[in-house]
Amino acid sequence: MTAATGGSEAASRAGAEGYSARHTLPLKIEFIRQGRRRRTQITFGLLLLLPWILVGAFELSGGPSNPQAPGLVTLATAGGLNFAAFAFFASAGFLLVVAVALFCGDTVATEANWASLRYLLAAPVPRARLLRQKLIVALAYSAVAVTVVPVMALIAGTVAFGWHPLKLPGTGIELAAGAAIGRLVIVLAYVLIIELVVAGLAFVFSVSTDSPLGAVGGAVGVMILSNILDAITALGAWRRVLPTHWQFSWLNVLQSQINWVPMIEGVAVSFCYTVILIALAFRRFRNKDIVS
Amino acid sequence: MRLRVGRGRRAVAAGILVAIVLVIAAAVTVGVASRPAPYHATNLMIPVVDGPHNNQHVLLDTTFFTPAGTGRVPAILLAHGFGETKNAVRGQAIGLARAGFAVLTWSARGFGRSTGQIALDSPQYEVKDVEQLITWLARQPRVLLDHPGDPRVGIAGASYGGAIALLAAGYDHRIDAVVPAITWNNLATALFPNGAGGPALNGVFKKQWAGLLFTQGSVGFGAVAGGSGSGGSGSGGGSPGAAGGAGSVGAGGPASIVNRVECGRFLPAICAMYRQVATLGHATPQAVGLLNASSPSTVAGRITAPTLLIQGENDSLFGLGQAAATYRQIKRNGTPVDMVWFAGGHDGGNQQTSLTNALAIEWFNRWLKHRPWRPGQSGNANTGQPAFAVTRVLGFDPNSGTQSLGIATAPSFPGLNGTRRTVIGLRGPAQYVVNPPGGAPPSMSVFPGLGSLGTLAGAGTGSPLTFDMPGQSAVFESAPLRAPVQLTGAPTVRIRVTGPPGLTLFAKVYDVDQAGNAVLPYSLAEPLRVAQASSGRVLTVRLPVMDYQFAAGHRIRLVLTTTDFAYASPRPEAVYRVALASRGITIPSDPALVVGGTGLGWWVWVAPLAALAVAALLLLTGRRRAAGPAGPGDTEVPLEIVGLTKRYRDGQLAVDGLDLAVERGQVLGLLGPNGAGKTTTLRALMGLIRPDSGTITIFGRQVSSGSAALSRLGAFVEGPGFLPHLSGRANLELYWQSIGRPAADPHLPEVLAIAGLGTAIDRKVRTYSRGMSQRLAIAQAMLGLPDLLVLDEPLNGLDPPQIREMRDVLIDYAAGGRTVILSSHMLAEVEQTCTHVVVMHSGRRIAAGPVEQIIGDGGALLIGTGRPADAAAVLAGLTGVGEVSVQSDGVLVHPGDVAVPDLVAALVGAGLPVERVAPSRRLEDAFLALIGPDAAGGDAADGGSPGREPAGAAR
Repeated sequence: MTAATGGSEAASRAGAEGYSARHTLPLKIEFIRQGRRRRTQITFGLLLLLPWILVGAFELSGGPSNPQAPGLVTLATAGGLNFAAFAFFASAGFLLVVAVALFCGDTVATEANWASLRYLLAAPVPRARLLRQKLIVALAYSAVAVTVVPVMALIAGTVAFGWHPLKLPGTGIELAAGAAIGRLVIVLAYVLIIELVVAGLAFVFSVSTDSPLGAVGGAVGVMILSNILDAITALGAWRRVLPTHWQFSWLNVLQSQINWVPMIEGVAVSFCYTVILIALAFRRFRNKDIVS
Repeated sequence: MRLRVGRGRRAVAAGILVAIVLVIAAAVTVGVASRPAPYHATNLMIPVVDGPHNNQHVLLDTTFFTPAGTGRVPAILLAHGFGETKNAVRGQAIGLARAGFAVLTWSARGFGRSTGQIALDSPQYEVKDVEQLITWLARQPRVLLDHPGDPRVGIAGASYGGAIALLAAGYDHRIDAVVPAITWNNLATALFPNGAGGPALNGVFKKQWAGLLFTQGSVGFGAVAGGSGSGGSGSGGGSPGAAGGAGSVGAGGPASIVNRVECGRFLPAICAMYRQVATLGHATPQAVGLLNASSPSTVAGRITAPTLLIQGENDSLFGLGQAAATYRQIKRNGTPVDMVWFAGGHDGGNQQTSLTNALAIEWFNRWLKHRPWRPGQSGNANTGQPAFAVTRVLGFDPNSGTQSLGIATAPSFPGLNGTRRTVIGLRGPAQYVVNPPGGAPPSMSVFPGLGSLGTLAGAGTGSPLTFDMPGQSAVFESAPLRAPVQLTGAPTVRIRVTGPPGLTLFAKVYDVDQAGNAVLPYSLAEPLRVAQASSGRVLTVRLPVMDYQFAAGHRIRLVLTTTDFAYASPRPEAVYRVALASRGITIPSDPALVVGGTGLGWWVWVAPLAALAVAALLLLTGRRRAAGPAGPGDTEVPLEIVGLTKRYRDGQLAVDGLDLAVERGQVLGLLGPNGAGKTTTLRALMGLIRPDSGTITIFGRQVSSGSAALSRLGAFVEGPGFLPHLSGRANLELYWQSIGRPAADPHLPEVLAIAGLGTAIDRKVRTYSRGMSQRLAIAQAMLGLPDLLVLDEPLNGLDPPQIREMRDVLIDYAAGGRTVILSSHMLAEVEQTCTHVVVMHSGRRIAAGPVEQIIGDGGALLIGTGRPADAAAVLAGLTGVGEVSVQSDGVLVHPGDVAVPDLVAALVGAGLPVERVAPSRRLEDAFLALIGPDAAGGDAADGGSPGREPAGAAR
């Protein structure tokens, strides 16, 4: 304890000059670090391309086969708004799950894989802050991924099939652009909330392994399993605890009267999973020995 | 590496394992849950006596279902529909038995194997039969009794069975709960409706339905009541029984051949009544009297058993209005009564069998098991449950490929006038319409008995068979609706009609979309008949009762047509004048009736809160506190490690009570064989791993993960870690921006000079060789010129010039008052670069001190010569020279005070060849001696080491 009160400048500060934990790993920097990655660019490229591929498929096949059946698929070519709704239907089950799992599952595991994680932690970026910043950026990229599909589908659909009111499947009801876009925004918000479960799950896997593939694949795998279980109707009410049970509840928005109940229930289930999974991720990472 | 991969895989494997366990658990749960509860069924013929004079003996074919067990349980009487037998309700009966009820099903008199004739739920016949069945139930050992002779019993049935349920409940107060479905309130107004008001006597004959029903009763046409197809009521059940029974009719009385063929198993009075009205095309007082007797409306005011009314939206036979009337009459008694409108009915549609069956079970559970109702009980049925539920078609579910139905609920049933009324303006001039001679060809609203075929497009979306004959129809239409219009109840409109006596019109409300396609919701038409309108008459017309939403942009079209296929209309040709007498159509609705309004489960609110609690628990518990006291120590000591111990999760003890200190200006070498714990020590001092015990302080601050003190540390440990998709320069820049330091001051040019990558600095890191990324990593560690620089094997992968350069860099770096810690296997380099050394072995420090001390005093020289023995002799002779020893390729000498040139001169002078003069590898020797088998492990090695604590270590 000889120099404890030495009065040197170093004694009064714990860290290096100018160091502030609150300024470590700024969101902007993390956005750049992830955004410059090829996998980010390719993912967005594919998501933006998807609506055009769908348009091409419809153009090639000459439109929906059975115009009498009142489904979303058969109404897909009824206009840009309908095509955007169809794009949701086509991508929400798997594609968006994979995209979200990719952004959230890869984020920490890849840093561990690159060994850059230990240099960030030793910098030091406090662990909770590192997770928080990474989670925010991963969620932001996920949200953009989920958003660009319908937006691009709206553009592609309008180019290909024109700008017409949104036809609600099975009802004969047409919604004008304002009301229709309002409904699609509700759908988007709901899908975003539902995908949070995927994000949380992928994030837990991401802090648990240094294999990005394992983290992404693990999250997608659990979602597939949940889907399979959900297909077992004999499970009855037990299926309500499955996160994927609610992933198409937004279809209620595209009906004559919006039934909010399944959507509220879906949001509640999604919320439960998400907060627990994210808390679990923070807990695991907090005490984890970083040996990669 | 093995450890790391193993843990990652273990986490994923654990997740998969948990998932598999979940699947198995779920499967087992399903298996257990879906194993049906056993029941027992007994067929028996029960004799009853009925008739106005209680002298007609009838045998009823019954089946008695009892649940497993021996205790007394409430009983249910389950009645079948018209044209069916007890077999039609077998499935529902089994469901009720499994739910814990004793269930008695019977074929009504005149149906199936039961004897007797059809009396249309007459109080003199069928009702008396039911009373005796209740008495029979009261004698059964499995049936719960309220009083001797008074069983705890509910009654349910659809259509014909629903009416007998209501009538029996009206006549026999031993009945404790009633669930009638798709049935009539008043058979006269159901078969002779008049939307203009007035008695059934002035109603319009529902000839198609009446004919169908009569045919069924007489020749066993097959089942219609209870719905088509999805209702689960076997239509085949009625035919053989009915046919068999037909032969026995003759024994009951002196029936003519014609009677036997025409009347089948109908009571002659009923048969005669039907013949009369069918021929006349309108009601007679006798017919109305007979039908009234068979109507719950006559007794509903006396019903004291809680009643759940289930009525079909797709029903042109017994419409929603019939149930509404029953509701009103029962409600007046203060008896609990709920109303359910479902998607099915006599015209087909989705019969929602599982929903209606479940509702019945729930109702019986509530009123027969949990809280039996006694008349006069206070608090009128305030159960907290919605008393009004309506199935609405919400759209199309692409997942299941079917219509998606939603249940709208409201706390109470508002009646047919709703709680809110909206007037939608209609436009159209006064119009003349023709009643064609003979009433043909007729317009079409519904094809009775066609069931779901008549409503191909589904409930609420209208039938493709609907059309209005031109010239027969007056049309009034609204402007496009600006907002959706919800209709729940009976819309009304005032019209002015002029025409001959008995003027008959059929009123329909169409939904017309933007493209002009008109849909007749539920295929419903309401007939109206005016006795006297020759000088013009203003009527308030009650239009068909329904729950329907007109979308925004659609129009409401009122059509009044002179004919309808399903009804009898006047035969003489006539022309009527039809005009609107009100501004528009009045649409009732109930804003409280909303889909899912009360459907949210309690868990929707509880589960998220519980999840938050679990999340908080996860975050607040399991925090491992750093060992040892906190608080600043000596801020001038760059690094001090005391008692550091770390055991990995696989049990490997990597560091065991390590003490270590380093001063400013020192270059400390950390030596040790593989597995000595060097890397673990460096990981711990970077805050990457959590020590089991011991403390690490950097400039007096105890270090754990994320400690600010770490910002004074620059580190290169276990190889480089870069973002491979970025250039070296971008990596350094982004790293600097990531570590919370001011943007200025990274000393980038100096650091880049140290890396010495030249133009390669702008290439992507993934293209770098190992040495290049190593140099970049060392440069990264030096960013901002940290006070304490920790380098793990920094020289691996560098070529000799680079090694030399790096050595100078490190020496210079420490010379500026900073501190460098490096671990290395290259002992010669350590010897030349470091000022101090710590030797580790098996997780312990076995030696520490200045390099010279570790090596011994003075730097020994190895003088290579072909004659070592001679050379040793010469050197030993020199004064001031220290220890001399003979080696295989030369001599090892401690020069002492003697300068090297003098040594060489002495040897050369003695004529000995001197091949080379080099510093002895004493560190290597010392190192090998330290970690040798003798010294390895044990406290003796530590205690016996030649080193001491580094000078000035704060203790």
